[in-house]
Amino acid sequence: MKVIQDLLAQMPYAEVVRQDKTYLVTVPKEQLYAAASLLKNNEKLSFDYLNDIVGIDNGDSLGAVYILSASQFPSYIIRLKTLTDDREQPTMDSVIDLWLSADLYEREVHDFFGINFLHNPDMRRLFLRQDWKGYPLRKDYDANPELNPIPTENENLEAMEDLPTVDIDLNGKRREQHQKLFEKEEYVVNFGPQHPSTHGALHLRVSLDGEIIKKIDPNFGYIHRGIEKMCETYTYPQIPHLIDRMDYLSGTIHRHGYCLAVEKALQLEVSDRAHYIRTIIDELTRIASHLLGWGCMANDMGAITAFIYGMRDREKIMDIFEQTCGGRLMPNYSCIGGVMHDIHPEFQKKVKAFVPYMRKMLKEDHILFTGNPIARDRMDGVGYLSKEQAISLGATGPTGRASGWSNDVRKIEPYAAYRHADFKEMLRSDGLTFDRYVIRLDEIEESLKIIEQLIDNIPGGACCAKTKAIIKLPEGEFFQRVEGSHGEFDVFISSKGEKYPWRVKFRSPCMTLVNTLKHIAVGGKIADLIMLGGSLDYVVPCIDR
Amino acid sequence: MFHLEIITKWLDEFLRTYLLDGWALFIEFVLIGVAILAAYAVLALILIWLERKVCAFFQCRLGPNRVGPFGLLQSVADMIKILLKELIKINKVDPFLFRTAMFLVIIASICTFGALPFDKGIQAVDFNIGVFYLLAVSSLGVVGILIAGWSSNNKYTLIGAMRSGAQLISYELSCGLALMTIVMLSGSLQLSEIVAQQSYAWNIFRGGIPAIIALIIYLIAGHAETNRGPFDLPEAESELTAGYHTEYSGIQFGFFYLAEYLNMFIIAAIASTLFLGGWMPFHIPGWAGFNAVMDLIPPVIWFFGKTFACIFLALWVRWTMPRLRIDQLLNLEWKILMPLSLINIILMALWIIYV
Amino acid sequence: MEVKDIKIKNMKYEDFKDNETLESYVQELRANGVNVAVAKIDDLINWGRSNSVWPLVFGTSCCAIEFMCTAAARYDFARFGWEVTRNSPRQADVLFCCGTVVHKMAPVLKRLYDQMPEPKYVMAIGSCTISGGPFKKSYHTVMGIDNIVPVDVYVPGCPPRPDAMIYGMMQLSRKIKMQEFFKLPKQPATPQGETAEGGEA
Repeated sequence: MKVIQDLLAQMPYAEVVRQDKTYLVTVPKEQLYAAASLLKNNEKLSFDYLNDIVGIDNGDSLGAVYILSASQFPSYIIRLKTLTDDREQPTMDSVIDLWLSADLYEREVHDFFGINFLHNPDMRRLFLRQDWKGYPLRKDYDANPELNPIPTENENLEAMEDLPTVDIDLNGKRREQHQKLFEKEEYVVNFGPQHPSTHGALHLRVSLDGEIIKKIDPNFGYIHRGIEKMCETYTYPQIPHLIDRMDYLSGTIHRHGYCLAVEKALQLEVSDRAHYIRTIIDELTRIASHLLGWGCMANDMGAITAFIYGMRDREKIMDIFEQTCGGRLMPNYSCIGGVMHDIHPEFQKKVKAFVPYMRKMLKEDHILFTGNPIARDRMDGVGYLSKEQAISLGATGPTGRASGWSNDVRKIEPYAAYRHADFKEMLRSDGLTFDRYVIRLDEIEESLKIIEQLIDNIPGGACCAKTKAIIKLPEGEFFQRVEGSHGEFDVFISSKGEKYPWRVKFRSPCMTLVNTLKHIAVGGKIADLIMLGGSLDYVVPCIDR
Repeated sequence: MFHLEIITKWLDEFLRTYLLDGWALFIEFVLIGVAILAAYAVLALILIWLERKVCAFFQCRLGPNRVGPFGLLQSVADMIKILLKELIKINKVDPFLFRTAMFLVIIASICTFGALPFDKGIQAVDFNIGVFYLLAVSSLGVVGILIAGWSSNNKYTLIGAMRSGAQLISYELSCGLALMTIVMLSGSLQLSEIVAQQSYAWNIFRGGIPAIIALIIYLIAGHAETNRGPFDLPEAESELTAGYHTEYSGIQFGFFYLAEYLNMFIIAAIASTLFLGGWMPFHIPGWAGFNAVMDLIPPVIWFFGKTFACIFLALWVRWTMPRLRIDQLLNLEWKILMPLSLINIILMALWIIYV
Repeated sequence: MEVKDIKIKNMKYEDFKDNETLESYVQELRANGVNVAVAKIDDLINWGRSNSVWPLVFGTSCCAIEFMCTAAARYDFARFGWEVTRNSPRQADVLFCCGTVVHKMAPVLKRLYDQMPEPKYVMAIGSCTISGGPFKKSYHTVMGIDNIVPVDVYVPGCPPRPDAMIYGMMQLSRKIKMQEFFKLPKQPATPQGETAEGGEA
């Protein structure tokens, strides 16, 4: 695109490689902030959405890849890459003043690779304990369990409140400053890590003034299993099993995304039948996930009956999964080249029976909860998220769409069988809690439409393409986006041509949602915080990986 | 009508014929105490079972059905278990207050329970200021809750206790005002007198529109006083894990649990006594035959029937509505219920004068 | 799949699997040396305890969703009286460990366990809690929660179906029934130092 070419021409220091709609831009470390700032703050086309920051260890150098896209033309992607040779005390410039989402991403890279981002006021570790030794995603990490034994004491709260900032002064000397997160007299309450409504093991430290929330500090890592590191020791067909267990509610969709990435790299032709089946299963997963999200939100607001209603309808989908895939929550269905096995003979019949049933139940759900005066009163006017904020925070999925940000990957980059289906991207403009709530129910309806269109037209043919026994990806970097039920899920695979990947990175849609919570819940009540957590519908194991 | 009074009278005469008056009185006191405690415990068990069944019914589930027929013995098993749980000693609490709190809560609820007129003559104390007594004693429970939250030395319990304090003090007002309208109508504070007046028409029929408004206000405010959903902010499970009783284990927690259910019963019983005629059967003036048939049903059954109908209503609301937020809760009381009950008192005065 | 080579002293494998044989075995044991009154009270207590197991859900990941299914309409564990899920460890009887436990979470699990009143039980749900499961190669996962707390019932699966969880809970019930209440180990005399909020933290 010409605008992008023009923009890149303004960076004489950058090396640009174009691959279709993706631009790979490599800049020297010193120019990183200048390049990022140019891409974000220009009048022609602002790259206002930072998908992700991927840390990379190339053995001799450490680096970071900034994946950027513009909310106006979301199908174009710029991958801004920079490397540093310093392995002892690597530093890079922080971009946290450009994108709100950079905050947590930079902490993540710092946690895994030990890169310090200058001027970022919060350079704590994100997932691991502050006293963890070593940086696990570096290639020379010492995994000796004696270095990091199972701790017997809870993490020191003092250490968790201590915010280090690294910067380099004019003489080129490295300085480290420390700040306190909370004042001494603040009333700080811990929500989590074991709490009934944090949707997993999330730890929110909340500073309160009576019932009113003054500050929120989310702490992650209570379910960090190191999936990205494990992926580097697994072969390509083994990895999907771990992906299912990250975001277990939309695991099937994420798995699909990974398979698409590998297929793209291998240039493997997948049959239409597999595409159709994958799409239908994805949409069923989305319905199940939204039902659970709806129920959990109602449960967080105190309406337990609504939660049970959601779970009741979800069981119908679980039945369909069980019959065809053999699993309930973890169908393990997509695989590289197609799907594991063909659909059950009764699959179509069951799905066709499910669609009208779900429509009927949706009406009931609306009567039970949407129309409830208490529920309406609590949701109205609370938790406003503007479109600009949503883009800057990278709050994708239903949350972003409720604020009016059109970000549905199914529309931007139609994959699998979505190009054959006619469906609307649900958009709302107000960005309030109620919009986030109701958009999920609307999306269930759209998903039902997609399923209805595809279920009768599943083409014949093989359900899985033949692959070699040992899959080796060609050298290079591969990137695929899919629309998970909680937001955009990205897979980034860096391969050196071996049977194991060099680096795998998953963009967690939920991490940005927790970051959003941090921004929108301030000033509300405790009850609002819990409700907003439900309305954003994050899954913590997806964040922690 | 078959009044249980016959039995109590017979017992009294029987004791007095064989014993000195003082001894007879002493034995009667002991018997009444035992009977109230036993009824309290049994009712709590029934209510817990009922709640679990009704909740299951609303949620398309079955509810307890393995222990005893229809799961009837489920709450008995729970009781045995909870009696035998360890009482944890916690280091940094105020031990005296921590152990006093649940007694305050349960004593307040037992005291109220004792003053309820279950039937003619089945009422432990029949004060001439009965309504006033009920209001006074039932609001003592909040002190226990506040102490529990404060002494536990835990942030969740403290928030829960503060919420509870704000909530109970506010709703006490419209509770009292709603009952006042009925007191105006009957001109008496004595519960037996109020019930006796309703022999031809229950108060909601006698008092017309103001009485119906008062009943609705009372049911809402009373429901809020029991700390049950949608007013369950003090223990808001999804927000404060278990609210003010987070730190209590074993039977200490059991006391709070019992009191919660019995308070629900007490509120329903007061509603049925003051508004729905207490143990009085349903009579229509002039229909002698119909009235005679209604009289065949024993008054105790009438009383419990009405009470359990109110309880069912409370359970229905609890399992349907989401929880209110604290500001909504206070708005509802101070901006809607309170002014409404004040207006309602004037309405009732006009009703008494002109109708 | 059946585990074949279980070796139990003095008992055939078939008998071990059969609840009735076990119960008659216990009765036989008691008849030969337990005070009748104590045994009867024990029976009553154990009837109460085994039928009223209130879970504390320590749900970290996928298994927690299947646990919710167990609680919801179709599987409805309320039938057994287990639906009183307490969120405060002080009021719970059994700790349901649903999902992977990692290094950072391990002290929290230990603390929650310490905060529960005796007699208390632990159920390990899912392969991760049993042995680390699919995350065996991970640098941050605890390979089995029995490294941290004693476990009473293991429910395998990734995640286990709700039926499996119900079966596991029935096994726990059965275990409680077999215990002699008066001989259970008592809580050590040292009081618990922390408030529950710390454990929630």
